[in-house]
Formats: sequence, structure tokens, C-alpha cells
Amino acid sequence: MTAKPRLTPAPPPGELIDSPRFPVAARRELGNTAQRRNLRLATHTIRDKRANAVGEMENWEQLREAGGAIKNRVLRHLPEYLEQLEESLTRNGATVHWARDAAEANRIVIALVQETGSQEVVKVKSMATQEIDLNEALEESGIAAWETDLAELIVQLGHDRPSHILVPAIHRNRSEVREIFLEEMGRYGTPAPPGLDDNPTNLANAARGHLREKFLRAKVAISGANFAVADTGSLVVVESEGNGRMCLTLPETLISVVGIEKVLPSFDDLEVFMQLLPRSSTAERMNPYTSVWSGASEGDGPQNVHVVLVDNGRTNALADPHGRQALRCIRCSACMNICPVFEKVGGHAYGSVYPGPIGAILNPQIRGTDSAVDRSLPFASSLCGACTEVCPVQIPIAELLVHMRGKVVDAKKAESKGVHMPHAEPAMMKAGGWVMGDHRRLEAAQLAAKAGGGVLGRFTDHIGPLPWPLSKWTNTRDVPNPPTKTFRDWWNVNRADQVEK
Amino acid sequence: MSAKSEIMDRIRSALTDVPDVRAADDVEVVWRYGQPVQLPEGNVLEVFIERVEDYHATVVSCVADDLPDAIAAGLKATGATTAVLPAGLDRDWLSAASGVEFTTEDAGPLSADELNTLDAVVTASAVSVAETGTIVLDHSPDQGRRALTLVPDRHVCVVRSGQVVSGVPEAVARLRGAVEAGRPLTWISGPSATSDIELSRVEGVHGPRQLYVILVREGN
Ligand code: SF4
Repeated sequence: MTAKPRLTPAPPPGELIDSPRFPVAARRELGNTAQRRNLRLATHTIRDKRANAVGEMENWEQLREAGGAIKNRVLRHLPEYLEQLEESLTRNGATVHWARDAAEANRIVIALVQETGSQEVVKVKSMATQEIDLNEALEESGIAAWETDLAELIVQLGHDRPSHILVPAIHRNRSEVREIFLEEMGRYGTPAPPGLDDNPTNLANAARGHLREKFLRAKVAISGANFAVADTGSLVVVESEGNGRMCLTLPETLISVVGIEKVLPSFDDLEVFMQLLPRSSTAERMNPYTSVWSGASEGDGPQNVHVVLVDNGRTNALADPHGRQALRCIRCSACMNICPVFEKVGGHAYGSVYPGPIGAILNPQIRGTDSAVDRSLPFASSLCGACTEVCPVQIPIAELLVHMRGKVVDAKKAESKGVHMPHAEPAMMKAGGWVMGDHRRLEAAQLAAKAGGGVLGRFTDHIGPLPWPLSKWTNTRDVPNPPTKTFRDWWNVNRADQVEK
Repeated sequence: MSAKSEIMDRIRSALTDVPDVRAADDVEVVWRYGQPVQLPEGNVLEVFIERVEDYHATVVSCVADDLPDAIAAGLKATGATTAVLPAGLDRDWLSAASGVEFTTEDAGPLSADELNTLDAVVTASAVSVAETGTIVLDHSPDQGRRALTLVPDRHVCVVRSGQVVSGVPEAVARLRGAVEAGRPLTWISGPSATSDIELSRVEGVHGPRQLYVILVREGN
């Protein structure tokens, strides 16, 4: 049997769930100097911008409070809101489908695309479709899925995986992007203009040229949704480039894959979330484009409209009364942008489409604690608490990390004997985090900190008298990097509670 | 069992700790909806102009009588020689535009390819937000279906001063009716942009690369 020629660029081989434990993957990623430099630049830029965008809002804390409460209300009364959502979507002319897991969601989408007779789809950036690995399922069914978000395009053409939920190609710099475009665009459609340089404006123009023919001919689009509004039966997509609008407007068929936790009770609630999300994610007062659509609108846009509501482990997370808070997440990415661990190791080390602090909680909740990577993720944090402070829906991220550590330990204890217990982890837990648990990891981090400007020092500085070899590190740290004011404040208030004994 | 009933069962058994009371009684949301926001400086219109300009869009102001001239000037400034018009756009607005060839959809909708050959679109708008510099289209007849304001590369957009509100909450309140009537919304804050390469902002990807806003100052 010969392998079918591929329709779209092949991603790296292997399944994310089989990723190595976080410390192992982190060590691998720390060796990638170019990536570390790209990440440092990007995360620092966005941190400062976010602080400004949020600083403008006098009522930011009330907004966060309201956002968290609305999401809590939804999660605790999910059946009622989901019923209402289905009813209003149906009334608006959309067809609602339900999927227990990734495989079922993929089957539904594939069947819907096949019904149209189309052999390709254009895609709006969507975490849910990445989570269920829809593109590969489509490819296997002979359907080409084209990513249209610029960063997703860079990732797809680069045979790569996303490393960040908002800026999936954050680990790539402009000259890498240029090379990928020159090399790959022509294989899958309109080639990059010859002589393309690495000016971001020209790179964006190359993407415009490459994707325009795909937008104009596409019959089917697949999207996710940032919000699904129960009372009016509307979906909302928040974006920047207009690729989302292209996909949501021009094709005849639109299939949206939406996690069951995305519901908002009322259209009115958008006033809260449309203030919280843009400032927390792209750090703008408002993102360039937001689309709201309610089923099929006569004479405007797709008339064949489907919504696939996906569980895929969300009900596992929901079953933990404390842990379910993580389902409030609106995927803004502020927690990963502020995270000193993420900044060093990047998103790939988390072995999931959801990296960073929230990924370290959500993945073991949703996927379970059977895999090596999911067991290690709750330890992928120094518990510095910066993430908790920036989260627009007040998820107590650091606290939930500790909570999930407990779950992992319990799962291991409950396991039948004969299963190998990874050696370092019980000790690691006592020491308070992966970075302090293993001297090789520490050394890698130490080198990284020196190369990258001492950012890891930011939180180790505040842990107090440190045992060797951490003391050695702090003593020799040559690039002082004062912590942010807010972090210092946080630490002073919380250190007693957060340092594990 | 259907996927829906199974998921609903899973959810119900996940939520056994939640008391059987109305959602609103179980979780209080402390928030007053639809309130104006406090603007830091200047009046609503000044802030609106400043914030739209922050996105590198062009904003000009005029009085109602001068709107046709302003639209003609806007089309010229963006370099458009062809433009598509929504069916419900007031044709008097265009009297001054000479040298621009207007296309309508009176004889049926244009294909995406046809729209792609046109330079610009001229539309009205529904609501605008000063605090965030956002213009919202509710795709009423004077704004046209969504593709019109998406495929052509230049958008000349008319905002009446009475349509500008202080913040997002007032805008959402005003837009509810359109959504209940089944109309889609497009929120536009500056021209299309991306920060996907090294998080540095680049204007102009797939949506219109030039946004030209005409603010019509009504009354006094
Ligand atoms: S956990 Fe909070 S900060 Fe992190 S992505 Fe989700 S909403 Fe944003």
C-alpha cells in the first residue's frame, strides 16, 4: 500500500498526548536559543502593552469580578443554558450537533463537509478544532483544511505545531517566516512574491495574496467561537486580520465547533466580555474585527449553518467543584504571556494545544492524569502567582495548580502496583516546583536565565534563603531584573500561603 | 443514548453539588448593565476621533450638508475609482462624487470575485464606541450585506454623531434589537491588522486596508 499524497503540509509526527514529561520537554526547548530570544521579545512586548490597556480601565476589577461571576453562573447551570442555546440557534436556522468526544466531533464535521461535495475548507483560528485535531481527520478523509490566520498559516506551512493560543507562531521570528513562505506557499497555492524580504508588512501582504484565492473559491468554512450567546442564539468570533470575516461571510456552508463551556447567558453579557477579552489578549482597546451571527441571515453569508457542541472531557473538569473554575477560561493568553516559565520554555513543552499556566491545569483535567505529560504539567510552575493576577475571569490559577498537584499524587497512589513511579516527583512537589526539583533542569534554567537576561531570577529571588545550588545561581546572577511592582506586592501578601512546606 | 442526552447526563452528575435554585439566585452577578462609561478626557466625539485615529484610520468631520463632498473627497483620498454601494444607501450622498464608477446590487448579488475587482465600498453604520474607537455595522440596508464591507480594499464609512456612545455597554444595549431581528454584526476597530509576526502590529491583512471615517456632526 502506498501512502496517499498529502493535500496540506504534514504536521510533525506523533501525538501530543505522548509528549515527554514537562521537565524533559522543557530541557529540550531551553536548548533552542533562537526560540528563547523570540519568546522573550514577544512576551515582554505584550506584557507592557497589556498593563497599559488594562491600566486605562478604572473599573477593571469590577469587570473581572462580573466576568468571573457570569461564567460561574453558566457553569453551575450549564444544562439550562445549553438547552436555551440549542433552541435559539435552531430558531435562527442553524443545525445543532452534539459530540461526546473528539472522534465524534470529527465524524460530524467530516460528514457535513462531504454532504456539500467540497474537498476543501477554509478555517478560522479555533482552539477547539486544534484540540480535536480536526485538520488531520479531514486530511485522512480527503478534505484539505486551510488555516487562514496568519500565525496558523505560518505554523501549517512550517510543518510545525502552535506554541501559543493567541499567537501560535510566537516562537518564530520574521526571517524564519520569510523562509517558510518562500519555500512552501507555492506548493499549496499562490506563491510568495519573489524577492520577498522579512519586513512584517510584506510578509502579511504575501499571506493576503496567498489566501485570497482560497477565500474567494471556498464553499465551506470551519470556525470556533469565542462566545455562544444563549438568549439570542448568536456566535461571536473575535479576530484581527479579517480572515475570520472572510470565512464567516463568503462560503455557503459554515460549521462552528464550540466547547460546551463557551455559553454566555445573554447578549447583554457581551458588554463585559468585549471589554475584558481584547485588553487581556492582544492588549488593545478593541480588536480590529468582531463578528456576531445568529444562525443563517437571509441574503447575507452562509445559509447552511451548523454548530457542533463538544464535550471532549469538559464534563470531567466540571465534576470537580473546585477545579471547574478553570472552565471559565476565555483563552485570552494573558497568563502565558506573563508566565516566567512559559517565557523560557515556550508552548511546545506543554504537550498540548493549551500551553502555559492554564494549560497546566486544563490538560490533566480534560485529558485525565494517565499520561506522563499530563501528570507532570501541574508542576510546570513556580507558583509565582502572576497569572492569577492577570486573569480576566479571576481564575485562581496558582491555587488550582496546587489543587491539581494533589490530584496527580492521589491518582498515583491509587494506581495498582507494578506501575513505575517517576523517581523525582514526590521530592519535587515538596520543593515547590519543577525548576527546583532536579539539578539538570535547574542548570538548564540557569543557563537560560543568563542568556535571556535573568528572568527566571525574578521569582527565585523572592523565595528567600535558597539551598544550594539555587543560592549559587542567585549569587552569580549577573543581570538584575527587578520584579514588577504588582508581582512584588502579590508575593509579599501571599508568600506565607504559597510556599510549600 | 443520543450524544446530547449523554452529555447532559454527564453534566448533571458533575453538578450534583449545585443547589436546585434559579441560576440568578445561585450566583450573584454584581454589574449594572448598559451604563455610560467615564471618558478620561474630552467629550464623546473628540475621544472617538482620537481613538479611531490611534488605529491609523482616517477620520474627517463635516456637517450634514457637506457629506456628499466629504464622501467624494474620501473616495479620492483612498485612491478609489470604483465603489460598490449598499442597496439602502442614500443616493443623495453621492452627488458630488465624480470620476468614481458606482456599482450596485440592484440586478442581484455580486459574486465574491466581482467584489474583488472593486476598489471601495461606501456605507452608513449603526453604532460607534468612543472609548474603544469602534464602529459597529448591523448590516441594515444602508450598510449592506457583510461581503460588501469586506472584500473591497477601501471602506468609506459614515458615522452620524448621534450614533456615537461613550463605551461598549451602551453600544451593546443599542445593538440588541438588530441581533434579535436576526441581523449579523461586524465590529470594526481600525483597518485590518495583525500582530502575528513578533507581536509587531502591521495594518492591512485581509479586510479593507484603508478605513476612512466621516463623522457627520448633527444638530448643535
Ligand atoms: S486562564 Fe485566564 S488569563 Fe489564562 S487564558 Fe484563560 S482567561 Fe486568559
